[in-house]
Amino acid sequence: MKKNTEKIIQVKDLVKFYGDKTIIDGINFHIRPNEFLTILGPSGCGKTTLLRMIGGFETPDTGDILFEGKSLLTIPANKRPINTVFQKYALFPHLNVYDNVAFGLKIQKKSKAEIDSLVQEMLRMVNLQGQEQRDVNSLSGGEQQRVAIARALVNHPQVLLLDEPLGALDLKLRKNMQLELKNLQKKTGITFIYVTHDQEEAMTMSDTIIIMNRGRIQQIGSPVDIYNEPRNAFAADFIGESNILDSIMLKDCLVKLQDVEFPCVDKGFGENEAVLTVIRPEDIEILPSGAGFLDGIIESVTFLGMHYEIVMNCKGINWLIHTTREFFADDQISIHVDPNNIHIMKKEQDHEVI
Amino acid sequence: MKSFKEYIAYPYGLWMLIFIAVPLLVVVWFSFLSNPDFKAGVYTFTLDNYQEFMDPVYLELLYRSFLYAVIATLICFIIAYPLGNLIVSLPGHRQNLMIVLMIIPMWVNFLLRTYAWMVLLSGSGLISQFLGLLGFQDVSLLYTQSAVILGMVYNFFPYMLLPIYTALKKIDPDLLRAATDLGANHFQMFIKIKVPLSLPGIVSGCMMVFMPAVSTFVISNLLGGGKYMLVGNLIEQQFLTLNNWNFGSAISMVLMTIIFLVLGIARLITGKELDTGGQLL
Repeated sequence: MKKNTEKIIQVKDLVKFYGDKTIIDGINFHIRPNEFLTILGPSGCGKTTLLRMIGGFETPDTGDILFEGKSLLTIPANKRPINTVFQKYALFPHLNVYDNVAFGLKIQKKSKAEIDSLVQEMLRMVNLQGQEQRDVNSLSGGEQQRVAIARALVNHPQVLLLDEPLGALDLKLRKNMQLELKNLQKKTGITFIYVTHDQEEAMTMSDTIIIMNRGRIQQIGSPVDIYNEPRNAFAADFIGESNILDSIMLKDCLVKLQDVEFPCVDKGFGENEAVLTVIRPEDIEILPSGAGFLDGIIESVTFLGMHYEIVMNCKGINWLIHTTREFFADDQISIHVDPNNIHIMKKEQDHEVI
Repeated sequence: MKSFKEYIAYPYGLWMLIFIAVPLLVVVWFSFLSNPDFKAGVYTFTLDNYQEFMDPVYLELLYRSFLYAVIATLICFIIAYPLGNLIVSLPGHRQNLMIVLMIIPMWVNFLLRTYAWMVLLSGSGLISQFLGLLGFQDVSLLYTQSAVILGMVYNFFPYMLLPIYTALKKIDPDLLRAATDLGANHFQMFIKIKVPLSLPGIVSGCMMVFMPAVSTFVISNLLGGGKYMLVGNLIEQQFLTLNNWNFGSAISMVLMTIIFLVLGIARLITGKELDTGGQLL
């Protein structure tokens, strides 16, 4: 993708309270045109509220949301160049497939012929041609999902908001829809803002991921960046699997973990500062007992197709290890970690903003 | 081998047979007889009872019953629909409070409530005194058409509000957001989404007010002072005062037929089944 410095949406110092509870706690980010941006976080982290504020269904208490440089806050939801795919689709139950998709166009008072051609084109795009007259209540989950997407996209919004749209679908359908959504996004060139709690969905589709927790942004970056360089323990834990361990930073490039000194590449921490060390399970090498940094006993081995997942007990602490070689429970092993794969994080994880 | 469930249904079937089907058939049968002498076993079948009802005096009475019931239904709807919308927009606990407040009058006996209105509306009642303060002297609202309609509206209002409230409450707020999201302003959202989705509740409410209103005789007796006779009064009179059960039965049949026709029309309006709740039919 060519580098694009334009900002279609800019979120500035956004804050939202419900009563005395802070839902959104000072958020800043921007979205480039044609970007697929995912807001990822556990339930209750404020991601849906954030999406609703962009859509115009909630008003922020302070801060601003800019669309192409101009504030959106004074524009009511029905006048924003933004459409939404709602969590449970929110299809109009008294209208058939055609009338659901045509709803926005009819509001815009487009001619009958124009509405007809746009609706047909959109139904073709989501593979629902010939289903115009069907009652939306008789559609399967996947079909309802397509109608919801078609109903939003037919208005050619500049930005499409999607609120956990695949949550109600089964695994196989979800995988297919992920690919279809990504294709639709490329084909239409519309900016997508996608909200989910599913890290795998976020990794598969997004150009950029924003990880949120407790109303704050934990990290913004491409899926690869976030996976390889998580900014804090929360991000590391939320994207992929991690070993997160209490440890002491002895000095630059040397961390003490379970009373053993590990060389690493991180600098800039205080001497003897308590830190968290994050190590991905696939970055751990298994060596014969006594040959690595730490020795332990294998507690369990699970075969996962691509690899084995091993839990190793080392002085009461469980390590998660991924390997393609076969080991057995009760084997004595030793582990080695390359300094580049040891990520040191500050301890106060929750209030970090990049 | 019949299942346990089927046996459980028997008492209800028996109940319906004894207390609904049989009396109904008796009424139908009576409506086609003239002066039967049961002791002598003489029954003459005739259509005279229905013929008699075609008299303009009676037809006007039917028309008036209809008119009052329709007016009362409309007034109930006009008050209940905005109120229902208002209640639905309140936070949960206050919604319950409002609904309870609306239902509390129903805990008091129907006759007592109507007598209370007689006191309120009479020449020396609170309302007349209040109007007197505003400069309208000696206004008695009691025994007027307005009093009869007021009585209907007051007594049957909860039956309009409850189905409407239920239907409105069941509308997923995301549907309203979706309509707004697709460009609809408040009015368009209301007309295109809210009204169609609450239609079953509206139709149920209208039926539940219309049916008792069109057949009432207590309200017209007490608040109309017998000046505005309705079909209900006519039936009551035939059965209780004039002892002409055959004519009374025939009028009942006409009224019942009309109510069924109205129900049929209501069903057509509701159209296809919508799972929005609040429907009666």
